Amino acid sequence: MTPSVVLEARGLTRRFTGVLALSGVDFRLLAGEVHALMGQNGAGKSTLIKVLTGVYPADAGELRLNGAAIHPESAADAQRLGISTVYQEVNLCPNLSVAENVFAGRYPRLGASGLWRIDWARMERDARALLARLNLDIDVSRLLSSYPVAVQQMVAIARALSVDAKVLILDEPTSSLDEHEVARLFDVLRQLRGEGMAILFVTHFLAQTYAIADRITVLRNGERVGEYLPAELPRAALITAMVGRELSAAAGRNVHTQETAGADVLEARGIGRRGQLSPLDVTLRRGEVVGVGGLLGSGRTELARLLFGLDRIDSGELVMDGVPVRFDAPSQAIRHGLAMCPEERKHDGIVAELSVRENIALALQARMGLWNFLTPARQQAIAERFVRMLGIKTADLETPVALLSGGNQQKVVLARWLATEPRLMILDEPTRGIDVAAKQEIMNEILGLAREGLAVLFISSEMDEVVRVADRIVVLRDRRKVGELPGDSSEQAVYHLIASDA
Amino acid sequence: MMRRFSSHRLFWPFAALVLLLAVNAVFNPGFWQLQWRDGHLYGSVIDILNRAAPLALVAIGMTLVIATRGIDISVGAVVAISAAVAALMIGGELVVKDGVQTHVTRYPMSVAILTALVVAALCGLWNGLLVAKVGMQPIIATLILMVAGRGIAQLLTGGQIITVYYAPFFFLGNGFLLGLPFAVFIAAVVWATVHLLLTRTALGLFIQSIGINPAASRVAGVRERLIIVCVYVFCGVAAGVAGLVISSNVKSADGNNAGVLMELDAILAVTLGGTALTGGRFSLAGSVLGALIIQTLTSTIYSIGVPPEVNMVVKAAVVFAVMLLQSPEFRSAVRGLVVRPVPGAAR
Repeated sequence: MTPSVVLEARGLTRRFTGVLALSGVDFRLLAGEVHALMGQNGAGKSTLIKVLTGVYPADAGELRLNGAAIHPESAADAQRLGISTVYQEVNLCPNLSVAENVFAGRYPRLGASGLWRIDWARMERDARALLARLNLDIDVSRLLSSYPVAVQQMVAIARALSVDAKVLILDEPTSSLDEHEVARLFDVLRQLRGEGMAILFVTHFLAQTYAIADRITVLRNGERVGEYLPAELPRAALITAMVGRELSAAAGRNVHTQETAGADVLEARGIGRRGQLSPLDVTLRRGEVVGVGGLLGSGRTELARLLFGLDRIDSGELVMDGVPVRFDAPSQAIRHGLAMCPEERKHDGIVAELSVRENIALALQARMGLWNFLTPARQQAIAERFVRMLGIKTADLETPVALLSGGNQQKVVLARWLATEPRLMILDEPTRGIDVAAKQEIMNEILGLAREGLAVLFISSEMDEVVRVADRIVVLRDRRKVGELPGDSSEQAVYHLIASDA
Repeated sequence: MMRRFSSHRLFWPFAALVLLLAVNAVFNPGFWQLQWRDGHLYGSVIDILNRAAPLALVAIGMTLVIATRGIDISVGAVVAISAAVAALMIGGELVVKDGVQTHVTRYPMSVAILTALVVAALCGLWNGLLVAKVGMQPIIATLILMVAGRGIAQLLTGGQIITVYYAPFFFLGNGFLLGLPFAVFIAAVVWATVHLLLTRTALGLFIQSIGINPAASRVAGVRERLIIVCVYVFCGVAAGVAGLVISSNVKSADGNNAGVLMELDAILAVTLGGTALTGGRFSLAGSVLGALIIQTLTSTIYSIGVPPEVNMVVKAAVVFAVMLLQSPEFRSAVRGLVVRPVPGAAR
């Protein structure tokens, strides 16, 4: 018996202000399968899901559910048709009980006309029955917020099932779960699959895809690359399909020598944090650029946050100059000579309404403390030096930093850290969202500093950049370290390591 | 030249104060008259300065809290607690000993004042810990002490008005130094101290940076939680000082009424002074100006004989007008109505 096609899309196209987010995408979802949707950021995964669930109308193309054309106009409309979605961030009400969350908006009522008061007993009984289907036995009258995220995720799935769903769409359901919880979620998905449910599963974790998926569709730049069976698609081929580059052609080309690598600056021994990063070792040395290779969600930013004290490590230890150190807050890491350009420049980097001068002086002042005041004149001298050194384009030093372009804002953040004369600089996507010229300038600056003895941890989602500048590459996958490669490795070698079975 | 003045951020609050004073002078020809009696200056203006001092003190503390994106609505209750503690510990009676009248206190006055300030600091510490460590929203965190603190003050005073019979204590709120009310000196010293801290240490930079972007400040190594706690402690102490001045002025402590609604006047003073409730850039001098505006307004309402039952409405109307004047959007809208736009000069 061949499984029937439940949901079918043909030639879906969707434009956002002239940009093609989806371009003639074909897609099919069969009954009783878990179908993984893969692709890099901006590949069109979210857009496809939103078109399937009626959040966005398609500009062109057609959707068929069990052979009949459908035109869902909203998520609620799609849900009535039997397409339920569980989003990445659990969007339930933490201040309502589990049972209320499962039936929110559809409370069972007493009386034939459904006008009498809410039938609480029936609601709790039904909620318990639904959760039992997911092997979850909890007190459904307790507040949702009293349960861990994994349970909340199950409740969200129960809510999706409670409407007689034929299609269940899970948008990165595992991003905040630990291994044990993921295993439990997969048990539930296998069970639902056995009951004939069609499940669409979006994830960045390669291992999870191979563990659960019956079929894989890969998107890239809004187009469908292909539909594959996992057994016929080795990991390397999957990555090639997602990244879309002829990997062998992109040769690594180091622009500086490795002889500069000196004494250890920071040694991380088995550091990790439950649910964020499995314990790993990293050593950062004087004058060495260590690149972090890995796909989105592989644990790159988590590693940076743990090293810098933004999140607390719950296993392992950090050693500097042979002495164990502990960073409970960035201020402690900074006192030990660490610096970090964060990934989210607007949220964690610049202080928008403060001037260029104040932004550059901030970290140095924070390290010198409250009483050891850098007078405005000294702040100005420091700021002037770095504005000239990094070529920051600003009307003057008193201009609010928010008025600068993205690249110049990033240089201001870089200047802020250089002013503290750090021993170790962590750069998390330092070149994201800035133009090519500024990108090149920032990269050159970083390499120059490394030659002068700075230890650098370089994180970037652009693998060619990592391969080009790094002396050594730490490769991460699914929030664990899978190995290290020398700096002159090719991009392909990094992807091979990511794809290999650890 | 005029443009330079009018673009200064304190121009509009200052203009509002001048206007209010002018209205007073029109209705009350003796408004600006100062008299020198017994080595003291007397007059309506001096009176306004004296009465504005406690509000200015509270507003200075409130300014720093608001600059960190917070708010402290418990200051009125802290005023009452501090007043009650001081009044209880001083108490005092007039004793005739060997034919000489002497004032006797329950505890030495210095101990009483110190205790009251320590209690006020603890109140601030409680608020600060709830906000910075527990992570509660500031308005909710301080609401707890606003309600509970009033209860504590009433418990301390037993629901009664506690009268103080110890003359040296009255100097805080009624005394004169160099011809001016002593309370004005207290407010001035606190203002000057804070001003020096803000301009001669990194405190000003840190507070603004926390108010504008707490996450980025933390990444840059600013110990934002510690600073937030300290700011709330200072706000509590400032309210405590205000409580001492008020209870000294009325020679008693009233747990039910001391400092009632003072938190709102203080927030109003900060806002009138041009500090946005969203945190970040702030003006200490603006808040003091704001406190003066509020006190001048209150005095004006009484002196021009507005019936007591409508004086809240008048106050509301004036405050509304001052707020509108401060809004650049409103001013440009009005300018657009009366001034023909210059072609090509659109901004």
